[in-house]
Amino acid sequence: MTSTSSARTASSADAVSGTTAGRPGALGRFRICDFTGQLAGAGATKWLAAFGAEVIRIEDPVTQGLWDILRPMGPFVDERRGPDFGGGFNNHNTGKYGITLNLRTERARELLVEIVKRSDVVSENFSKGVLERWGFGYERLRAIKPDIIYVSNCGFGQKGPYSDFKTWGPIVQAMSGLTHLSGLAGEEPAGWGYSYMDHTGGMYMAIAILLALIHRERTGEGQWIDMSCTDSALTLTGTSVLDYTVNGRTTRRPGYPDSNHSEHPAMAPHAIYPCRGDDEWIAIACRHDADWQRLAAKIAAPWTGDARFASVAGRRAAQVELDRALGDWTRPQEKWGLAKALQALGIPAAAVAKPEERIDQDENTRAWGLFPTVTHTKMGKVRVDGLPAHLAKTDWKIERGAPCVGEHTDLVLGRLLGLSDEALAKLHAEGIV
Amino acid sequence: MSGAKADGSGAKSATGGALAGLRVVELASERCAWAGKLLADMGADVILVEPPAGDAARQYGPFLEDRPGPDRSLYWWHHHTSKRGIVLDLETESGRTALRKLAATADVLLESEAPGTLAAKGLDHPELCGANPRLVYCSLTPFGRSGPRKDELATDLTVLAAGGPVWMNGYDDHSIPPMRGLGHQGYAMGCHYAVMSILTAILWRSASGEGQHIDVNLHAAANVTTEAGSYSWLVARDTVQRQTGRHAGPMPSMPSQMRCADGRYVNTGVPPRKPLEFKRTLEWLRSLGLEAKLPEAVFLQVGADMESIDLSKIGQDDTVTAVFGAGREAMNLIAQHVSAHDFFIGAQRAGLAVGAILAPEEAYEDVHYKARGMQVEVDHPELGRKLRYPGAPYALEKGAWQIARRAPRLGEHTQEILAELG
Repeated sequence: MTSTSSARTASSADAVSGTTAGRPGALGRFRICDFTGQLAGAGATKWLAAFGAEVIRIEDPVTQGLWDILRPMGPFVDERRGPDFGGGFNNHNTGKYGITLNLRTERARELLVEIVKRSDVVSENFSKGVLERWGFGYERLRAIKPDIIYVSNCGFGQKGPYSDFKTWGPIVQAMSGLTHLSGLAGEEPAGWGYSYMDHTGGMYMAIAILLALIHRERTGEGQWIDMSCTDSALTLTGTSVLDYTVNGRTTRRPGYPDSNHSEHPAMAPHAIYPCRGDDEWIAIACRHDADWQRLAAKIAAPWTGDARFASVAGRRAAQVELDRALGDWTRPQEKWGLAKALQALGIPAAAVAKPEERIDQDENTRAWGLFPTVTHTKMGKVRVDGLPAHLAKTDWKIERGAPCVGEHTDLVLGRLLGLSDEALAKLHAEGIV
Repeated sequence: MSGAKADGSGAKSATGGALAGLRVVELASERCAWAGKLLADMGADVILVEPPAGDAARQYGPFLEDRPGPDRSLYWWHHHTSKRGIVLDLETESGRTALRKLAATADVLLESEAPGTLAAKGLDHPELCGANPRLVYCSLTPFGRSGPRKDELATDLTVLAAGGPVWMNGYDDHSIPPMRGLGHQGYAMGCHYAVMSILTAILWRSASGEGQHIDVNLHAAANVTTEAGSYSWLVARDTVQRQTGRHAGPMPSMPSQMRCADGRYVNTGVPPRKPLEFKRTLEWLRSLGLEAKLPEAVFLQVGADMESIDLSKIGQDDTVTAVFGAGREAMNLIAQHVSAHDFFIGAQRAGLAVGAILAPEEAYEDVHYKARGMQVEVDHPELGRKLRYPGAPYALEKGAWQIARRAPRLGEHTQEILAELG
């Protein structure tokens, strides 16, 4: 691995050492032995790393880390390709260390044991049973380190009839009701245009890890957490579930779903309306009669005085006509100016933002520092997702890009396990790392 | 409880939930309710503070037996399990004094008021953390506590529209407006980050002894919960475009939802790509007696017999193109002959990541979720019965998740809590 000798001697303030005591950051005292990949796993440990935890990604040198399928996948910053150039991988793995261990060899398994001994958490989102087959199931991990926290996150969990089945974000969304609840009645489901549950599964995994750390602090106990993204997803449709368990009502019924209209609470008008230009839209939510009256005064057209529109119940009953008339009013208007004008009247409204608008052109986003630039060893400077929370005393730092394959092997094995240069050279020569 | 997990993880451990002993004061708001629930179901003593008229969300439908009432909202029930409720009038000095006393006993204060509202009442973090330096004070607001848009009004719809998810969700036909998914997911995104932040701050506090202020921004939360929509722009300056039931992308992709024989849909994810997947797809086709109906079936065998399949050759190499196309055609044909559920099971047995598009209630009754203990019963003593709720989002073995009680009735614990404060 090319960059390791310089990395080993770097005096970076956050570099690995034998101890996490005194490391900066809210989570600086924790070390994570991390096998996660994609977003549903890697997203969880990205959070921990951003708050200072020492996250050590364990990867396979033989397949060049390709058990994380995002490693070689676009988008790309330039024409270069390969496992060190995936844009999504870089986004989800900022601030982590990356080492390679060929776990087919006995020596690498010994090294993994030494890393687990020094870790607080082992995290993975492989299919069910992968780590167990490698000889590192929970019983073994606990034998190595009695208070270890082991979090396994897979789509359908470790138990249950579907636990051997495969998922990714859209499958989780489909199987939990989230896809069904997005779209228009009588149409194919629109669903979510991205892996919402990969993000959210990663968040639940991060929450689970943090909860287990708090529990360990209080009781001294480690544990195994069986995380399933589909379980998490089902809880996010809970109001619909209660309408079914309590009232016997199902969501397969005429006129449902109708997902831009409001149900909790009843609001109208409440939808997404066309604006001037190609595929330009505005969201408007009149929370109550007062919002509607202010909007009607602004529109100042006879149709707003339609008797059916006097109450929220009437507006809901007639919302097809209401939406049509309101859409005719919004269509010739520019979305940002209209949103601003409605906000000035005290009406919740927002332009539907395109990626470039919400990332580059939004003054609030800029003031927040939401999309920081990281330095990636091979890709150079790249912007990534930051975090939407600022902690006044111990805020996040996202400065370093994702590790290249094996980038920190020598650094970690040298500093954490105390291996000599000679011993490291031997590991490389023998294909152990 | 019938919902106790088969493996015992649903049972309350001797030490209580992972957050037992942690007191959270939550100022009731639809925006932060979900964050409070996540903490309460893990054993924190979450005290929900409402004005005398009750929080507005008590009036959100659906209602028990469809009859409105402040203690009948199922939306309210779902979002406020395991909490205790107190009524305090923060417009009065006595109410504010009581809140200060409560905050002095708390580990966390969770609020979602418009910026400036609590400062005007002398209840912002400088005051409350000044009196209780160990307090973690978390503000969850539409655009954050500072910044040029901080005073904008927002609802779940406008958060998701402004933050990016809406642009990516909808139909191939762009004359139809883009869509937001139901269930207040815009609020949920912010709440997930609020919980992660609070737990992070609690862990730092146990090392340092210090609380702090946390500023969570709903718009920013949605903005970084947009997967490739963000990094396609950040990395390659590509703008993704929405497509029916599948990932928005810079370039159009093939449809990934199929309607099955029972009229319901499946998400086919990715079609067969590996030799073993072609082999199993062919076996599946044969087991249904459909091989003769698919002239391209011969290419499934070709795919099954290949050592490896280079997907980058699709469109260039005739054999690879034909093999890949045959996989798709086989999926289409099978879907026309089986139910969505049978398609899901059959495809997964063939090794393909496929999901049936279930309604929430269908998922809830599904054998898999039941086996995982996702049906839990919660006692509603006034009704003389237990009602079924969704279960744990994560299965901690120790310090486990549990719904300790149904959502509080308005003012239910006011006297109890005031008595505790002395």
